[in-house]
Amino acid sequence: MTGENHALRILIADDSDSDRLILKTLMKRLGHQVRAAANGSEAVAIFADYQADIVLLDVLMPIMDGITAARKIKDMAGEEWVPVIFLTSLTDSSALARCLDAGGDDFLTKPYNKVIIQAKLGAFNRMRQMHQTLSQQRDLISERNRQLLEEQQLAKRVFDNIAHTGCLDADNIRSHVSPLSIFNGDILFACPRPAGGMHVLIGDFTGHGLPAAIGALPIAEIFYGMTSMGFSGSDVLREINDKSGRILPTGMFCCAAMIQADFQLNQLRIWNGGLPDGVLFRKGGGRDLVISRHLPLGVLNASRFDAAMDVFHTSAGDTLLMMTDGVLEAENEEAERFGEDRLKHALDVAPDAEAPIDTLLGAIRSFTGEQSGQDDLTLVSLEMVVASQFHEAAERLPQSALKGPAQWYCVYEVRDDTLAQFSPLPLLLHICMEVPGLRRKSADIYTLLSELYTNALEHGVLDLSSDLKTSPDGFSYYYSERERRLENVTGHFIRFALTHSTTLNGGQLTITCEDSGRGFDHGRQFAPESPVDSDSSEAKYSGRGLLLMQKLGHSLCYSEYGSRAEIVYDWALATKQPGVGHE
Amino acid sequence: MNDKPHLDEEALTELQDVMEDEFDVLIETYLKDSSDRIRHLRSAIDTSDADAFAKAAHSFKGSSVNIGAPRLGALCLKAEEAGKGNRLNEAVEVVDAIESEFQCVEQTLKRFIA
Repeated sequence: MTGENHALRILIADDSDSDRLILKTLMKRLGHQVRAAANGSEAVAIFADYQADIVLLDVLMPIMDGITAARKIKDMAGEEWVPVIFLTSLTDSSALARCLDAGGDDFLTKPYNKVIIQAKLGAFNRMRQMHQTLSQQRDLISERNRQLLEEQQLAKRVFDNIAHTGCLDADNIRSHVSPLSIFNGDILFACPRPAGGMHVLIGDFTGHGLPAAIGALPIAEIFYGMTSMGFSGSDVLREINDKSGRILPTGMFCCAAMIQADFQLNQLRIWNGGLPDGVLFRKGGGRDLVISRHLPLGVLNASRFDAAMDVFHTSAGDTLLMMTDGVLEAENEEAERFGEDRLKHALDVAPDAEAPIDTLLGAIRSFTGEQSGQDDLTLVSLEMVVASQFHEAAERLPQSALKGPAQWYCVYEVRDDTLAQFSPLPLLLHICMEVPGLRRKSADIYTLLSELYTNALEHGVLDLSSDLKTSPDGFSYYYSERERRLENVTGHFIRFALTHSTTLNGGQLTITCEDSGRGFDHGRQFAPESPVDSDSSEAKYSGRGLLLMQKLGHSLCYSEYGSRAEIVYDWALATKQPGVGHE
Repeated sequence: MNDKPHLDEEALTELQDVMEDEFDVLIETYLKDSSDRIRHLRSAIDTSDADAFAKAAHSFKGSSVNIGAPRLGALCLKAEEAGKGNRLNEAVEVVDAIESEFQCVEQTLKRFIA
């Protein structure tokens, strides 16, 4: 930086001819350009068309004094910073202070000292250049910011088309999504299920901005695609978790809750992975907490991911409230967080008639003191309704067996080490779900496929005995042995053959599953000590798969010493269409 | 009562250095200005305008200090204070002192440019 050596444009005003002459000559000798005025008024007039870099003003001058001239010049300079230095033979410090109060940046006392003048000019020029640089950078930043916002607006339109809000506008759903930032990393989707009811996904990506928005896109695609095809909440979660794990960089994941609302069964199935506790408000009073039992989506690999959902039995009028971390993290001016205690208190003292989401939003706003529109909150409330009142969405989906593929056959074989790495189940389910009438049966089909596959893999290919699973110790041994043997699978296969045909009032799906193992004693699996209806007793880990399949499938038979299983699944069009009889 | 030198030789040498060819012009300008200022001081006394008296004394002080005439500057400060304190009764005596000091300064300065 050689600011001192740079020629500056300097404006001088002094009513004393000799002083003015000294200063003018001094400045010229230092290599600067100088214009001189004999009073403040002349100085202002010169400044209007002479863009001075630095202005030197005598304080006491006839016609217009230096202080008035300084104010006018500062006004005229606008955003540009023009240093004003007062020239004075004033000696008392309060008079000098007044000069600075009046907008002066410094003063020079008479008699003038060449060295001090030179040093001050240099210093002020450096400050002036710094100010200029700052202004330019500020303008650049604000221009960049404008561009960024424009791009975000554009991107948001694309984003909204993919990650649309689905059926969030349904009468029984209310939500609040932060409008503060276009991409704040929060997601909220809702989609009707073909079999009735709906899925809601609320989530919060680690991180903000573009990366979060990009991560949200495939999740939206999976959520809407699979839900519309009739997959269960657990299926959708598994797929989202798997995809997130693959596409998101390490350290990025999505805290989320999946809600599967079934208005026919009056049941909520909820999976909470890392979001704050949800609250289920019972119509008759009372609240149940929906706590997080899982790691966020995108953390665990498929084999360790648990997609089991908590089941809540509900009545019409019960309301579920779920929220993202933004609620607990909302800060007031003292940088205190809203937190769980304030949340609980707000709900405790809320009037009965008020919707919980209104209570909570109101409490947060009075805590933070912020206007709506500046928060970082995402909340959704879902009210359980009488099934017949929620029918429109389901009706949109075709139920006829005649649309879509009806008569088909396919074989899919998984071989060798792929058996250890890949589950063919989603793909097979996907094929089945192409049959519109089967979409309502996705849970059944998934259960059948997964039981057949598990038996073929564990008892067939890996040759594990299900006897091991009858004791808690054996259970863990069983799974460690399973892992070990999976790593050394060679020369094996599992082959699925699916056959579908239509019947008078529906269709028939035949699934055969063959494996390369030496078979297993399927007869023993039907032992009477393995009852069908127990799903909690720790003593009965094994065997129920086959009984469950028998119950779901309309016939189950084994051949080839247990290495080939075949199950026939008959399905019929729903006799009672959702919403029939309700106009 | 005023032990400052009539002329600050060092300051004058520095001015000569800065002004080069224009040093003569500067001295002539100062001398002409100063005569005007002494006239202003006298007329301010005549019209009993203490404020104008103080302002004229202030300007005179500044230019005298700058040219390297500290004793004259100190007398001007005394005049300025009298004007500010609205004590024009003291003013005549101070202006007489200023005028005689100025004549001394003028003679010396003229030798500088001769």
